[in-house]
Amino acid sequence: MDYIWQGVRDSLQIIAGLDREFLATVFVSLKVSFLSTALATVLGVPFGMWIAEKRSPGARAIITVLNTLMSLPTVVVGLMVYSFLSRRGPLGEWGLLYTQTAMVIGQFILAFPIIAGLSVSSVAGLDKRIRTTARSLGADTAQSFRMFLREARYGILAAVMAGFGRVFAEVGVSMMLGGNISGYTRNITTAMALETNKGEFAFGIALGLVLLTVALVVNILFSLFRERSR
Amino acid sequence: MGNFFKSAILCALLFLPINGWTGETLRLATTTSTYETGLLDQLLPPFERAHNCTVHVISVGTGKAMQIARNGDVDIILVHARRAEAAFVAEGYGVNRRDVMVNDFVLLGPADDPAGIVGLRDAKLALRRIMAARQTFVSRGDDSGTHKKERSLWQRAELTPAGAWYLEAGQGMSATLRMADEKNGYVMVDRATYLFHRDKIRLKPVVEGDADLFNPYGIIPVSPYKYAHVKYELAMALVAWMTSPECQRMIADYGWKGSLLFHPSAAGGDR
Repeated sequence: MDYIWQGVRDSLQIIAGLDREFLATVFVSLKVSFLSTALATVLGVPFGMWIAEKRSPGARAIITVLNTLMSLPTVVVGLMVYSFLSRRGPLGEWGLLYTQTAMVIGQFILAFPIIAGLSVSSVAGLDKRIRTTARSLGADTAQSFRMFLREARYGILAAVMAGFGRVFAEVGVSMMLGGNISGYTRNITTAMALETNKGEFAFGIALGLVLLTVALVVNILFSLFRERSR
Repeated sequence: MGNFFKSAILCALLFLPINGWTGETLRLATTTSTYETGLLDQLLPPFERAHNCTVHVISVGTGKAMQIARNGDVDIILVHARRAEAAFVAEGYGVNRRDVMVNDFVLLGPADDPAGIVGLRDAKLALRRIMAARQTFVSRGDDSGTHKKERSLWQRAELTPAGAWYLEAGQGMSATLRMADEKNGYVMVDRATYLFHRDKIRLKPVVEGDADLFNPYGIIPVSPYKYAHVKYELAMALVAWMTSPECQRMIADYGWKGSLLFHPSAAGGDR
């Protein structure tokens, strides 16, 4: 046990000392995950709301696919995107492999099904009369869209948080597409994998604490938001 | 709720990848042993300052590093597998290979040495005894330089290791070493990684000093004829730096808790 406590004590020192490498790693995690979640939100929420309104078998099939993709293994996404972005792949000339952009693309693919899929369920749970009422009051498509958005806001926010949680905590995509380059594509999770390999547990624990703290802050913000608008 | 989207987009804009790198970036794929021991953290900053560039280090096994280079995804590699390096150059993927440094491999094992090989100077004989005694042996299993070396030793001992005692880790050198330590088995490791971890593991060196355990590192720029986009000039500048007297001296002086990890070999070297 001493060994673990020593690690925790050292890790607190690293956090308090605001080590430069440590801060850079945390910043890369936040930046990449915020970007990919924002992208997945902007595209996934409207898509989920749109598909939830459809009654066709095709739409139901797409929802099933979305739900399946929610549990897409990160390494599968990593491998897929890798083969496209490598210089030998179809998008090779963009030179995106081992960049933050590649990480954002991979994480976007992870977050999109979660955000879209959970948006479907949060909208599907609403009273069907909302739309009829909105329409009868003369609302156009954009206005009734905003109406739905307002009614389903907690469910959708929860969807966005779930998406963020997934990409912030994943390691497969970041490792394969980012390459764990120090100060550039090294994020919290890939750094933890590296430090554990090296047997440097304090640095890993420090990063783990940050990971948990960010998750906690996001959840506190969410419940504050819900309290306030009640 | 429109506000929510506005703030999401604002957030996205704030975090837009602003990669304010001054100058160019050079991508170096290298083995876990050179990176995880901290050597490159010493050697690269002076080069980056002198050439106003950033070197992005991708630390993987030698096999993977060469594969990444064959795909044109890096500009230069620093690896240790002479025969594979020669093939890499012969196939036209690399040019101007230079020796950089050497160290050697060490066979580590449990302190009580159940295979009875401590003190042997013959690595092949040691492997034969480990196999005969069916003692746990942890292999890299990742086509790295160390794995290539290990396989060639088995081959030359005319053995095919297989069975519950032979574990293929499929991970980097440090991770494999730690796995062997947890399992209290035998493992082949480069001396730099061993010294770096010495205080954190229980395993002891059992076989060392065999000429078969020699471990040379080479640096190879990716050929601009194969891939026009590679930063060949900057890569050649890195070759020049790594083989310069100044950098070679830094390699010679790079130690970890009083032990030297690598020997420079660019100017003919010690051997």
